[in-house]
Amino acid sequence: MSIDKKIVDDLVANDVSFITTVPCKQLAGVIDEVDARPEIFHIPSNKEDEGMGLCAGAWMGGKRPAIIMQNTAIGVTINTLATLTQYYRMPLPMLISYRGELREPVACQVEMAVHTKALLNQMNIPTYHFHKESDADELDAILKYTFMCNKPVAILTDASFWGGYGDQ
Amino acid sequence: MIRSEILREIAPILHDQLVVCNIGLPSQELHMIDDNAKNFYMLGTMGLSSSIGFGLALAQDKIVISIDGDGSVLTNLGTLPTIANNVADNYILMIIDNGSYGSTGDQPTYAGKKTKLENVAAACGCESVVTVQDVDAGKALQAAIDSKKMTIIVVKCESGNIKLPVITMDPVVIRDRFMKAVAS
Ligand SMILES: [Mg+2]
Repeated sequence: MSIDKKIVDDLVANDVSFITTVPCKQLAGVIDEVDARPEIFHIPSNKEDEGMGLCAGAWMGGKRPAIIMQNTAIGVTINTLATLTQYYRMPLPMLISYRGELREPVACQVEMAVHTKALLNQMNIPTYHFHKESDADELDAILKYTFMCNKPVAILTDASFWGGYGDQ
Repeated sequence: MIRSEILREIAPILHDQLVVCNIGLPSQELHMIDDNAKNFYMLGTMGLSSSIGFGLALAQDKIVISIDGDGSVLTNLGTLPTIANNVADNYILMIIDNGSYGSTGDQPTYAGKKTKLENVAAACGCESVVTVQDVDAGKALQAAIDSKKMTIIVVKCESGNIKLPVITMDPVVIRDRFMKAVAS
C-alpha cells in the first residue's frame, strides 16, 4: 500500500472528515488521496491561519478536522494556534511537510527548518517526527491522542520519510 | 448609525441563529446586548470570524451568521475566494463596514478609502452580495436568512464606539456552551 493511502486510511479510520490543505510538493500525493475520498470534505485554503479557522468551526460543528501544510506555516500560524486552537482547547492534527531537512535542495527552506521544532516546543505543541516510513505506524495512535486531549499536534514528515526529492 | 446600534437593532434576528462574532468591540457589544449560548465570541485571532463561521456552516445544517468588520476581512482577504468556491447555503457573512479599525481607535481602513469590499467579494466569485446602509441591516439579514442562499452582506455605517467592559468568560466555557447549542 502506498504511504499516501496509508496516511489517509488512518485519518478516515479516526473519523477525520474535514481537511484543509495548503499545497506542498512532498504532500501532493496525500492531498490527491484526501481529495479522492468520499468520506472527507476537502477544502483548500489560501493561508494556513485561515485553514485553522475553518477547522475550528468544523470541529464545533461536530466534524473532526485536520490541516495539511508546510513547516513554513508555523511562522504564519503562531497567533492562531495560541489564541484560537489552544485558548479554546480544540483538537487539530497538523500533518506537516518538514522542508529544509536532510536531502533538501532549496537552501531557503533550511531557514525555517531550524526554527520549526523550537517554535513547536515553545508553544507546548506535542510533536512527532516521521523520518522513516515505518514511523507512520504511529499515526493512528497520534490521531487518537490528539482527539483525546483536544490540542493541536504536529506531525513533521521529512524528505527521507517521503523518499527524497528524486532527481531534483 | 454606529456598529453597536446596528447590533442592537438586529439582535432579535440574531437571537435564534448561530452567530460567530468578531474579536474586540463587536463581541463585547453582542455579549452586552444579548448574551446567549448560540453566540461564539472571539477573544483573539483577528480576521478569522468568517473562516470559523464558514467551517461551522460546512460541518452542519443550521444557519450560521459570521459578524465581521471591514478591517478584519482585509486582514484575511483570502477567506472570500474560499467562501465563493465552496458554497454553503446556510452561511451568511455580515461585514459591518464602518471604514475604520474600530477596536483599536478608529484608524481608517482601505475599505473606507478606495477599496470596496462588496466588489472584492463579487470579484472573488461570491454570487449573492448585498450592500445596504445601516438602517436596512435587519431587513437585509432577514432576507438573506429567508433566501436560503449563501449571502455576503456589506453594511455601510459610521465609525464610533461605546464604552463597555471586556468579556471575562473563559474561552472553553464560551466554546463548550456554543457546541452544545450547535448540537441541540
Ligand atoms: Mg471597521
